[in-house]
Amino acid sequence: MKLMRSEILYFALRNNKLRVGLTIILFFLVLTFVGPMLTHYDPYDYVNPNGAQPPSSEYWFGTTMFGQDVFTQFIHGLKATFLVGVVGGGLGTLIGILVGFTAGYRGGIFDEILNMLTNVVLVIPTLAILLIIAAYLEVRGILTESIFIGCTAWPWAARAIRAQTFSLRSREFVDLARLSGMKPRKIIFTEIAPNMMSYLLLVFILQFGGAVLAAATLDFIGLGPTNAISLGLMMNYAVLWGALLLGMWWWFIPPGVAITAIVGALYVANVGLDEVFNPKLREM
Amino acid sequence: MRRYFGRKLLIYILTFFLAVTIDWLIPRFMPGNPVQTMLSRAALRAEAVEVMYGYYTRAFGLDVPIWQQYLNFWNALFHGDLGTSVYMFPQPVTKVIMRAVPYDIFLLLPAILLSWYAGNHFGAFAARTKWLDNTILPVGYILTATPYMWLGILLAWVFGIVLGVFPIAGAYSFALRPHLSWTFIRSVLHHWFLPFASLFLVMFGGWAIGMRNMIIYELEADYSHYLEALGAPRRLVRKYAFRNAILPQITGLALQLGVIAAGALVTEVVFSYPGIGYLILAAIQNQDYFLIQGCFLFIIIGVLLANFAIDIAYVIVDPRTRLGMTGEAA
Repeated sequence: MKLMRSEILYFALRNNKLRVGLTIILFFLVLTFVGPMLTHYDPYDYVNPNGAQPPSSEYWFGTTMFGQDVFTQFIHGLKATFLVGVVGGGLGTLIGILVGFTAGYRGGIFDEILNMLTNVVLVIPTLAILLIIAAYLEVRGILTESIFIGCTAWPWAARAIRAQTFSLRSREFVDLARLSGMKPRKIIFTEIAPNMMSYLLLVFILQFGGAVLAAATLDFIGLGPTNAISLGLMMNYAVLWGALLLGMWWWFIPPGVAITAIVGALYVANVGLDEVFNPKLREM
Repeated sequence: MRRYFGRKLLIYILTFFLAVTIDWLIPRFMPGNPVQTMLSRAALRAEAVEVMYGYYTRAFGLDVPIWQQYLNFWNALFHGDLGTSVYMFPQPVTKVIMRAVPYDIFLLLPAILLSWYAGNHFGAFAARTKWLDNTILPVGYILTATPYMWLGILLAWVFGIVLGVFPIAGAYSFALRPHLSWTFIRSVLHHWFLPFASLFLVMFGGWAIGMRNMIIYELEADYSHYLEALGAPRRLVRKYAFRNAILPQITGLALQLGVIAAGALVTEVVFSYPGIGYLILAAIQNQDYFLIQGCFLFIIIGVLLANFAIDIAYVIVDPRTRLGMTGEAA
């Protein structure tokens, strides 16, 4: 066991995709925590009486049409992005795990019902549901948004985990556990889940990225948080106030770069991890 | 095959039923009263509010028991009656939406099909080709991680503002009226290109990456090694791998439809392209609840139809589903 773990670490440290992905994520994560110390404004403070201004030594990312500091908004938006990813992606993975394990291990009528439910939610364009929920809710926070996103994003995870559980269920070590009188829940968590840890990690990473993109979409239509700033909202304001026509590129470039970099780094790290866990995929 | 379609059909009917129910439920159980909100915006005198409130409650059918409202909703739905738009009063919602649908089809159908075709072929080609894998595929990762609206904003800024070669708003020049002439067609295509390109690029990245990873799985499968051992040329092995790898990509297309619909929505918002997405934004900003409901239903119907088309395509491509063996998408 110990040998195997060190082998995984060996390949993980030598996998370029994983290294690049993790470095980028780490960079933004550090920025999120260090950032608030670099700025002494609030995201919605009107700090520059001259209105819009390109980046300068005083305002690193420039200021918006109303003289708000883009860098401050960016830092606070990053925090919102990570929060949505962790909460939304985490919740999506959790529901997916619960549904997938139950359907895959129990089988029979449980499986029929849960699978039907999964397929139905899978077909519904969940963003459309989020959209109408958000449209009717008058006060929205980032946490509320994350929870809604998590509650609609689970189906494909459930489906993938169910399929994996199916294939593990008929293995000898699971049969042995069953014969020795272990309870189903214990079998799932001590025999099946540990063998799928790497897979669950990959599912979480993809859910994280999906949640971030979903939140950006919602925020961009103006259905994001009403009491905070986010990267999607920054783009929303920029387009709404004609940053495009007025050429205020510093307003809409940073939020997009951050989202793309974070989600892209996650995807790349995901493929890297896949190669680490699955020797067949390694480059020759 | 009958079982396969039977199952699919059941899922679609259930989905439609659930979606319509959600569509009906949400405005009724959300905090706040839409009629009240609408009236408070009109800034009427107190006694007028009371009269108007009574009138609208009756007009929207909110004065009958809740189960009756639900049945009425279905009944109206089957008669194609989705209410009257507040934002474009007094036009019926169905008519407003019908005017927007052609633009969606015109934008989405080419973008989805072309990006899927091109992405898959490119991804298959790049897999295990070292220099392509290391140069162009990273671009694929960046593209697929890009939020749709941001790529739209970037393209609009670079090509519309900085270079000034493409228009960035509307479906055709504001100076023209829709008619059949070369000037008009050229204007339509000119306005169509940037939204199309931003949708195409984001999707292309996703398909290329997906196919590349899928092909690598297939090339490591026993049948590929066996073919190689027999001395089959590289191209032949790849052809077999491609045919197997394309199946999950078809399922993937069906799974992605919801995300694509959302992507189209924000792209239309960026380019002020008069499809359903643009309509939804206007409906949200004007609190036009009937229009929001109607747009939602149309997206659902569109996604269901597209799913059904993909199911048929799957049966054509994968003979196993035809022969009654359970295929992957069952």
